[in-house]
Amino acid sequence: MKKITYSLNYRKPKNSYNNDDELMVCLRSYQKLNNGKFRVVKKSTGIKCKLKDWDSDWHKSVARNPIKSTDENFLEKNRILKDKSIELHTKLTSLFLGNVKSDPKNKTTSPDSTKTKQNGRGFLLDSRVPPGPIDQKWVTHKNNIRLVSPSNKREIDIIVVGTGLAGGSAAATLAELGYNVKAFCFQDSPRRAHSIAAQGGINAAKNYQGDGDSVYRLFYDTVKGGDYRSREANVYRLAEVSANIIDQCVAQGVPFARDYGGLLDNRSFGGVLVSRTFYAKGQTGQQLLLGAYSAMNRQIGRGKIKMYNRHEMMDLVIVDGKARGIITRNLINGKIERHAAHAVVIASGGYGNLFYLSTNAMGSNVSASWKIHKKGAFFANPCFTQIHPTCIPVSGDHQSKLTLMSESLRNDGRIWVPKSKEDAEAIRKGHLRPIDIEEKDRDYYLERRYPAFGNLVPRDVASRAAKERCDEGYGVNKTGEAVFLDFTSAIIRYGKEKAHVKGLNENDKELVSKLGKQVIKAKYGNLFQMYEKIVDQNPYETPMMIYPAVHYTMGGVWVDYNLMTTIPGCFAIGEANFSDHGANRLGASALMQGLADGYFVLPYTIGDYLADDIRTGKISTESPEFEKAENSVKEQIDNLIMNSGTKTVDYFHKKLGKIIWNKCGMSRNEKELKEAIKQVQLLRKEFYQEVFVPGNAESFNEPLAKALRVADFLELGELFAKDALEREESCGGHFREESQTPEGEALRDDKNFSFVSAWEFKGNPAKAKLHKEKLNYENVELKTRSYK
Amino acid sequence: MQLKLKIWRQKNGKSKGKFETYYLNDVSPDMSFLEMMDVLNENLMLKGIDPIAFDHDCREGICGSCSMFINGEAHGPDRLVTTCQLHMRKFKDGDTIYVEPFRAKPFPVIKDLVVDRSSFDRIQHAGGFISVNTSGNTQDANATPIEKEDADNAFDAATCIGCGACVATCKNASAMLFVSAKVSQYSLLPQGKVEATNRVLNMVKQMDEEGFGNCTNTGACEVECPKGISLENIARMNREYLLANLKG
Repeated sequence: MKKITYSLNYRKPKNSYNNDDELMVCLRSYQKLNNGKFRVVKKSTGIKCKLKDWDSDWHKSVARNPIKSTDENFLEKNRILKDKSIELHTKLTSLFLGNVKSDPKNKTTSPDSTKTKQNGRGFLLDSRVPPGPIDQKWVTHKNNIRLVSPSNKREIDIIVVGTGLAGGSAAATLAELGYNVKAFCFQDSPRRAHSIAAQGGINAAKNYQGDGDSVYRLFYDTVKGGDYRSREANVYRLAEVSANIIDQCVAQGVPFARDYGGLLDNRSFGGVLVSRTFYAKGQTGQQLLLGAYSAMNRQIGRGKIKMYNRHEMMDLVIVDGKARGIITRNLINGKIERHAAHAVVIASGGYGNLFYLSTNAMGSNVSASWKIHKKGAFFANPCFTQIHPTCIPVSGDHQSKLTLMSESLRNDGRIWVPKSKEDAEAIRKGHLRPIDIEEKDRDYYLERRYPAFGNLVPRDVASRAAKERCDEGYGVNKTGEAVFLDFTSAIIRYGKEKAHVKGLNENDKELVSKLGKQVIKAKYGNLFQMYEKIVDQNPYETPMMIYPAVHYTMGGVWVDYNLMTTIPGCFAIGEANFSDHGANRLGASALMQGLADGYFVLPYTIGDYLADDIRTGKISTESPEFEKAENSVKEQIDNLIMNSGTKTVDYFHKKLGKIIWNKCGMSRNEKELKEAIKQVQLLRKEFYQEVFVPGNAESFNEPLAKALRVADFLELGELFAKDALEREESCGGHFREESQTPEGEALRDDKNFSFVSAWEFKGNPAKAKLHKEKLNYENVELKTRSYK
Repeated sequence: MQLKLKIWRQKNGKSKGKFETYYLNDVSPDMSFLEMMDVLNENLMLKGIDPIAFDHDCREGICGSCSMFINGEAHGPDRLVTTCQLHMRKFKDGDTIYVEPFRAKPFPVIKDLVVDRSSFDRIQHAGGFISVNTSGNTQDANATPIEKEDADNAFDAATCIGCGACVATCKNASAMLFVSAKVSQYSLLPQGKVEATNRVLNMVKQMDEEGFGNCTNTGACEVECPKGISLENIARMNREYLLANLKG
């Protein structure tokens, strides 16, 4: 194997250079010797180049990514390398070409040397997807990536930010492998991370039901459900390891639902035609998280994980171009602390709270992801947000968060609104009860529009359909923004079945209803109870009212196949990254992705990076980089505390949420997106002038913590709208009114938008630079999604 | 609704706390208790008073962060709910409501209504796990069938959210309900039986070291538990503990 590396010689952290600064170009060609070691054939410095002329990403990397002959795009990269060389400097060109030619063993490096004059179009982001057929990629990759020996692992520290399913499982597994892990969460215990609130279940291609499920089918459903905007290789890997997750969790003592034979039970979720979802009543997320938490506890007990509760990450520290630590704030006493490590893993979840009202926890925030974005990590597809169709509707201005009713309810519930506007009006005014409306006067609009999938269409489709009905005036609660989710049919169906099994009278309505309710209670008891407590209505007797709400963000930090961001040594996993769900996530796939990344993917791939660090030794926190990062954090906090404004943080957060929900919500158009960008910019300006943060920085100060988070949301909001504006197509959760079919279905534009938008931070969101990762589909055919 | 709120204010763990009285108008019955607190805090802040600190996060009754002792009951007057799921419709216009933190020696106050429950974490570190590595090479999930009843009982025990209402409610500040829920979950499953002896001994030892009291079978914890964790778990843990000591 031979490799060539080609890079700029950074003497300082990359982001401390200006665009016009001249840097040395460094070129190395390596030859493998018989003893297995590499020999540098040629080394060139002394050629200068301006940073701004250096705009493709793979060679801009400070890691000096070698172009290996095993690389899928090896030929193309080599060609572009040469094109770039010619463009930059003739001297460099002759040196480089001469070098290749001088080495007879290296002929394969430039088989197309006659085509050197090809235009040097900007190279797309390097996803480092391994070559080979899709079902072999992960296996081959695991066999080929570098490993760190057990004795060396003991010398390496890893920071994990966030302790949900992804962070918790990663921390536990990395510690098991022997690394020293420092884990951070803002909650008072890792067990309280918001993964705990996931209800419905977790997908796995086990095919226990014998209904034709397979790894390929799970992969296909996920790519299709994501509206062909996810990276094929990542999704396949996810489907591949899904079965292991279930084995692992059962071994950990996670009490999944079982049937009377003692085997695991499954249910079905939206967007698929098989039953592959494993569940633990409506508390699957809780049980899986407690499983990961127990694995963490074992490692905390052994001293391999050092747990920092009530700590918030304030900034990433980059030393010599590599992520080497973080600055945190202790939320109890306000102390700013430095933590160093050889690698930093961000597992801080999604940014749904940008909308103020969402199903996320109050504390969920974008800050960790945003901080690394500002330090050089690209942010991908920020506008891909999932609006979940089944949430409890907003009841008033005091509302602080929205509550999800699991999608699993759509297995048994039927969604409807009245057929006539008069009936809808009467229900809104309370003159009519939903049970008074006869079957023939109900519009089961999902079953009507999508006969094949009915109530189990994917979330984006179901949400838009509900909005369409409510916008037309068929909404059924006070605000006119709600539809019914009705369990009557399911209660009768189950009741009859039960009565039949017990040999009782199937025509006894009362008995059937009683038995049916028992079945429903066993399946969804906690959800029904939750609904009743919040809405004060009994959902066994009257249909639930539901409306879409922000739930999950598919967008996130851009990562390569190894889950590394564009900052070497900084990784992002779980909801915090972007890779697996494309433009829409299928139900029960978030838990799967979080645990897949944490248990089975990152622990392997991080070794490939850390193999270079076995001789580095302890990272010191006494470097100027740490000093600088700490000071800038302190300055930001002081500015907020000293600000003499008159408006509370929530005032701004609510206002931001309204802008984003109204203008960048379930449907978007150019005019409103442009307005949104302006309004967010103005609001951000107002925030820094007018915000009032009480108390001081050296104490338990929740408004301060909130202000720091909202400050980041105010920046993200602008990028969010900008991304939605750039993407002039409808796909998945992103619906552009300009791009729809005559029937009002989303219209994708594969010719122009089959790429991942990865944004590079350039000082402020308005200046963010777009990079495109082209999406290639070799194993699924790009089709228009149809659930009809 | 108009309310008179008597709320425990305490600057930090070292200072002495006391009740302060606040009045709040225009409380909607559809508000959750925490949303009412949000409104109160917004009012306080605009008046230049330090807002009341309280723990909260998911606001859907599952994370176990919220921990208020309302009118002498953990999580307030409603049953099977956490504070965040308690709605103001449970109160009447003109009510006086007392709000205190969860009180117990192993739960020291951090500020106002926020307490430090890391003692619960430490009990879990002592044995709240099954020692299996995440190799991905464990046996197939369906290799060992588990009786539905056992699986369901294990699940019921596993739904504990670790909020600490049982400790706050117990006159002895006993954590037996919390600890027994974890011990039960694992002892009911074949995967957990392997380490059952050490687990119960270690967890009980840690529980005692943290300063939690003993169980005198009052049963108040079961009544106040927002997740309805049953006293049977304590009985099961006692059996496990006895057995472990005999073996031990």
